[in-house]
Amino acid sequence: MVMQVHVDIVSPEKEIFSGLAEMVFAPAELGEVGISPRHAPLISKLNPGEVRVKVSDKETHEFFVSGGLLEVQPHLVTVLADAAIRAKDIDEAAALEAKAKAEEVLEDKSGKIDYATAQAQLDEAMLQLRALDRLRKRAS
Amino acid sequence: MAVGKEIRTQISSIKNTQKITRAMEMVAASKMRKTRERMEATRPYSKKISQIIKHLAHANPEYKHPFLVEREVKRIGVIIVSSDRGLCGGLNSNLFRKTLRQLTQWDGDNIEVDICTIGGKSASFFSRLDTNMVGQAAKLGDTPHLDDVIGVIKVMLDAYHVGTIDELYVMYNEFVNTMTQEPTVSQLLPVVATDLEDDTLKGHWDYLYEPDAKEVLENLLTRYIESIVYQGLVENNACEQAARMVAMKSASDNAGNLIDELQLVYNKARQAAITQEISEIVAGAAAV
Repeated sequence: MVMQVHVDIVSPEKEIFSGLAEMVFAPAELGEVGISPRHAPLISKLNPGEVRVKVSDKETHEFFVSGGLLEVQPHLVTVLADAAIRAKDIDEAAALEAKAKAEEVLEDKSGKIDYATAQAQLDEAMLQLRALDRLRKRAS
Repeated sequence: MAVGKEIRTQISSIKNTQKITRAMEMVAASKMRKTRERMEATRPYSKKISQIIKHLAHANPEYKHPFLVEREVKRIGVIIVSSDRGLCGGLNSNLFRKTLRQLTQWDGDNIEVDICTIGGKSASFFSRLDTNMVGQAAKLGDTPHLDDVIGVIKVMLDAYHVGTIDELYVMYNEFVNTMTQEPTVSQLLPVVATDLEDDTLKGHWDYLYEPDAKEVLENLLTRYIESIVYQGLVENNACEQAARMVAMKSASDNAGNLIDELQLVYNKARQAAITQEISEIVAGAAAV
């Protein structure tokens, strides 16, 4: 029997995933990490990106997180997402709009808007679009 | 008929008021359902993050974050969560009474207090008092987001970092059930660790921190505090709707009783007038 670890993914507004998995991949700040059961205790910041939960060889769930924290104990993995939405639910139009807005802000250098924030928004929108593209390819 | 004209107008004005309170009761009832759902939805996150904090308290980190260290208390920060609007029974006044009792106690111990308010009612209440208000957030509506309260929390956390305040508390109404709301005070800083239920984490161990302990802990503890305050806000919201529903229900009931009483008075006056008229006619006929 394959070893499994309990995985919880939560965001401040709701619970996103809870169950057993063989392996979890998360976009940690120092590069993507793969967590197997009985991993040493670890706490890491997460970058915006995809958290992948491998339930079995055939089944993998994907979630988009726009940052957050990852806690690993030998028997459990917890992802505290800042704003995790199921990748399938990402509203492409909203992502595009956010991107357009961010670009608009970047071009308008006269404004008093913080460029770092705008750059972050742009990155996030790009990542959401990429996750969506990949999902669509897999579906077709 | 001229008799009881005033009573009739009074009855119809009470009826109008009753219509309003009944409508408010129904609105509050449907909003309460939604706010309760939202409250339930935020629970997993706060449960998980407090679990991590518990784990952390049992680790043996080389780095001690200031949020975990107790120090001598000279000044205290308080975040008060209230509703934006009134007409919700004694909800806000109960909370304020409890807060004032706490403030007087601190005052007796010569501890100064900084206040941050969330919600319109607490802002207007505490601005009238002789208090030191350092931050305020209001008009959050029925669907508050975490972003709305981050500013207020940041003010307090910064004050804690530079040493202006030595402890931080949050006060809000805890949702027990529809009929009961309990004013609650809980300590945010320094973070108090509660006991761990399972024994698996006994022994000497520590986390691996990425990128480094200071940054991760700062991040984690800030989020922990934000989640408690946000949970408090969402819970207070559910309390507000429940309290409003109950208050409006009793207002409608009272209006009903008043109408019944007035109706009785009106009927008696009408009957008396009729009786008098008849007796006048009879007396007149007898005289002829």
